[in-house]
Amino acid sequence: MSAQTLIWLSLLIPGLAAVGIALTGRWPNVREAVTLTAAVLLFACVAALVPDVVAGGRPDVTLIEMLPGLPMRFVVEPLGMLFALIASGLWIINSLYSIGYMRSNAEAHQTRFYVCFAIALASTMGVAFAGNMMTLFVFYEALTLSTYPLVTHKGNEEAKRAGRLYLGILLSTSIGLQLLAIVWTWAVAGTLDFTAGGILSGRVSGPVAGVLLLLYAYGIGKAALMPLHRWLPAAMVAPTPVSALLHAVAVVKAGVFTVVKVVVYIFGFDLIRETGAGDWLAAIAAATLLIASLVAMTKDNLKARLAYSTVSQLAYVVLGAALATPAAVLGAGMHIAMHAMGKITLFFCAGAIYTAAHKTEISEMAGLGRVMPLTFAAFLIGALSIIGLPPMGGTWSKWYLMLGAVEADRLVMVVVLMISSLLNIAYLVPVAARAFFLPAPRPAALGAAAAPAAPDSGGIREAPLFCLIPLCLSAAGCIVLFFYADAIYDLLRPIVQP
Amino acid sequence: MIAAHLPILQIVVPLVAAPACLALGRGRAAWLLALAVSWAALGIAGGLLATVLRDGPVSYALGNWAPPWGIEYRVDALNAYVLLIVAAIGAVVLPYARRSIADELPAHQHAAFYTAFLLCLTGLLGVAITGDAFNLFVFLEISSLSSYVLIGLGRNRRALTAAFQYLVMGTIGATFIVIGIGLLYMATGTLNMADLAARIPAVAHSRTVLAALAFLAVGATLKIALFPLHGWLPNAYAYAPSAVTAFLAATATKVSVYILVRFLFTVFGPAYSFEQLALHNLIVPFAVIAIVVCSTVAIFQNNVKRMLAYSSVAQIGYMMLGIGLGTATGISAGLVHLFNHALMKGGLFLALGCIALRVGSVRLEALAGLGRTMPLSAFAFVIGGLSLIGVPLTNGFISKWILVQATLEQGAWGLALVVLFGSLLAVAYIWRVVEVAYLRPPPDGARRREAPLSMLIPTWILIGASVYFGIDTSLSLGVAEIAARILTGGAG
Repeated sequence: MSAQTLIWLSLLIPGLAAVGIALTGRWPNVREAVTLTAAVLLFACVAALVPDVVAGGRPDVTLIEMLPGLPMRFVVEPLGMLFALIASGLWIINSLYSIGYMRSNAEAHQTRFYVCFAIALASTMGVAFAGNMMTLFVFYEALTLSTYPLVTHKGNEEAKRAGRLYLGILLSTSIGLQLLAIVWTWAVAGTLDFTAGGILSGRVSGPVAGVLLLLYAYGIGKAALMPLHRWLPAAMVAPTPVSALLHAVAVVKAGVFTVVKVVVYIFGFDLIRETGAGDWLAAIAAATLLIASLVAMTKDNLKARLAYSTVSQLAYVVLGAALATPAAVLGAGMHIAMHAMGKITLFFCAGAIYTAAHKTEISEMAGLGRVMPLTFAAFLIGALSIIGLPPMGGTWSKWYLMLGAVEADRLVMVVVLMISSLLNIAYLVPVAARAFFLPAPRPAALGAAAAPAAPDSGGIREAPLFCLIPLCLSAAGCIVLFFYADAIYDLLRPIVQP
Repeated sequence: MIAAHLPILQIVVPLVAAPACLALGRGRAAWLLALAVSWAALGIAGGLLATVLRDGPVSYALGNWAPPWGIEYRVDALNAYVLLIVAAIGAVVLPYARRSIADELPAHQHAAFYTAFLLCLTGLLGVAITGDAFNLFVFLEISSLSSYVLIGLGRNRRALTAAFQYLVMGTIGATFIVIGIGLLYMATGTLNMADLAARIPAVAHSRTVLAALAFLAVGATLKIALFPLHGWLPNAYAYAPSAVTAFLAATATKVSVYILVRFLFTVFGPAYSFEQLALHNLIVPFAVIAIVVCSTVAIFQNNVKRMLAYSSVAQIGYMMLGIGLGTATGISAGLVHLFNHALMKGGLFLALGCIALRVGSVRLEALAGLGRTMPLSAFAFVIGGLSLIGVPLTNGFISKWILVQATLEQGAWGLALVVLFGSLLAVAYIWRVVEVAYLRPPPDGARRREAPLSMLIPTWILIGASVYFGIDTSLSLGVAEIAARILTGGAG
């Protein structure tokens, strides 16, 4: 198959899957088979594009000219390749997990759930392969809208409020700031194509570049830079598979991915560095990174803690982009992959704990590690990867980010990264440690009725297999990424050394 | 040679068919005739646009009286564009009207309704096609008088006061227009627009011409319902029958915008209107206020039809903002939004009509659970709403994009922000409906009861067109750009 066909298929498969899921909604097993088949096919198509891209090919397809001179165009370049690989690969694992989670918790409206999920994946592919900023914007908005029904899935007051916040922040930033930045770029540069070295260099002065970068950075609300991060913790009201794949991987990564794309292909490293436009962005990212970590420590609800951890980790990527040195941007790109694998593991674990033990608060999880050893082992692995300790994948991205900070001669940032790693340890490791080492609360204290279900009375009781297998797979993935990080490095290197 | 007579057929066919509808007497026969005529009108409008795009402007002398003495029908890209919009909306609304009107009006009024509808269509098409200033006034009155009737037919008794209010305001507007035309006739001795354009520069310094421009501009602005002259619109739209609201919202104000554009740019010329008189200093601020204030007011409406009516006033602000900028990009932004808004707002009002048919109310709280009880109508409303917001892949996005581009070309940052801020206000009022329709459970015992296909298909045609013209803009934007080039004095 030609690369063009593969691009078409990557965009079409999840879209067609959404139709198929809607049509087979009456037969849950067939419906889930459609999801899984689509996920596997999508990953196969995306993976088949890799050799071409590694060899230096930049396959492209043009759909239609939406506005004069502005076609809807898709180009596969290394960064998008990596993002598409992660999203489509994790969709397979997440689909397995969704089946276990949604059925065990007897969630309502499952067909709508899977349909929206597939549309969200189609939008993610569009973001990953977008060949110009307008195409990217189109799919960016589609991603926001297709995930709204997932956030409000429960339909209660809390979900409604979360939905308002979600849509309110994401749409107002994208329409109010990002669209303005895009049209401005179009007016100044006369093109929106992603071009190596940037399209703005020589066309804007220093202050203008700074303002534009500000509009982009805050316009891309999905990157969750403080103070526009509130939608992300709010979105945690969604079912855990949504939090796992969309609000730890696809949606938020679409945000930081867009930031990196803008820095690399719209501004270009030189412009960012020469004009000093990246300085304040780096400062905001550093602040977000530290504050979010501190907030995470105060959260007792596990999903809320993970959400703030995500806010903090996203800021790493933005920081890497803002430093605009080769190593930093490499680190940023790698961190998209490493954090995705680690954070999806953590969310899978949170969902498994909720499914098997109906616990959401960390303080209630004491002693649970002996009941669910595999889950908490996986949690520990994911946590270590996020912290950046070997032998987990997260090591490398943090390594390159620090290297980038040194390269940019910003020792402050090195310190920030180190402090943040310590904070990561402080808010992630205790979750697993409490579960393993603290004694479980006495059932007597809870009343006699709870006695038969007491954690330490029945030995091991893990979540259903459909939940357990995916989280073991993704935990293994964290370790695998440590040993095969060079593949990602080789894939990404062309974007910093054109 | 039918092709050569297309301009006159565009008017004569619906004009003759209108009394015939009344003569047929029975509702069904009258409807069939009106339907056939509206489709014929669409065919003619399509033919005219194709001719104009191929051969350039068409001039048709009525009764072979050569212009400027006789009445001339003059069709360039702008006329053909507006004709196409009006005829297309008419052709889509009429199939829908049968069930909707049968539900809302007593049987003996049906034939009269189709008569008034065709007269209104004739008037709107006539305004858009004629090249004669007085003839324009005549057609404007035909369309206005018939639209007062159409609005007054609404089920709610308040429709009568709404129609009366519109009658008073509309008559003032039309009178101002005829005074303006009279003053121009006094100063130049001609009524032919092309001839006027040629003669005005010689007398441009006179008070008469200045007064004429003032009367014409205010009169047209009243009919456009540009803030602060929009007072008649919300009630008229809210209480008119559903099909009428959809038709008028998508056509009547658009044709009025056309009148203003035609006079400002073709008759007076941009050099006079914009460079000498700096009219943009008058139009742009009101457009901005319309966008911000009326979008905000829309958020607080509990009658969804009224909410959309206020949104219409805000959207008119976008069109006028583009036109007020006076540049080629600005005018094409205004015109393309005129086209796009006709589709999306028509589709939204049709979807609302489907809901009114089954639920019997368009109050916000009555829409609870519609996502489940009327999934197709509710989803049509969502897509139309997204288009109103300006989400990519809908035609509203194209409008916003061009408009923001036009403001940035002028370095008008504030205006760009206003346009985008207006979109955010649209999110607020559309999402109120979406939340009620999808996140509130339907009332107990409510079953799935979708509107009939004869209403759903027209609704989805307009909604589908809103999406189509958000992806393929070669027709909507292409013609708007040609028209904008002609208006700003470039070659067609």
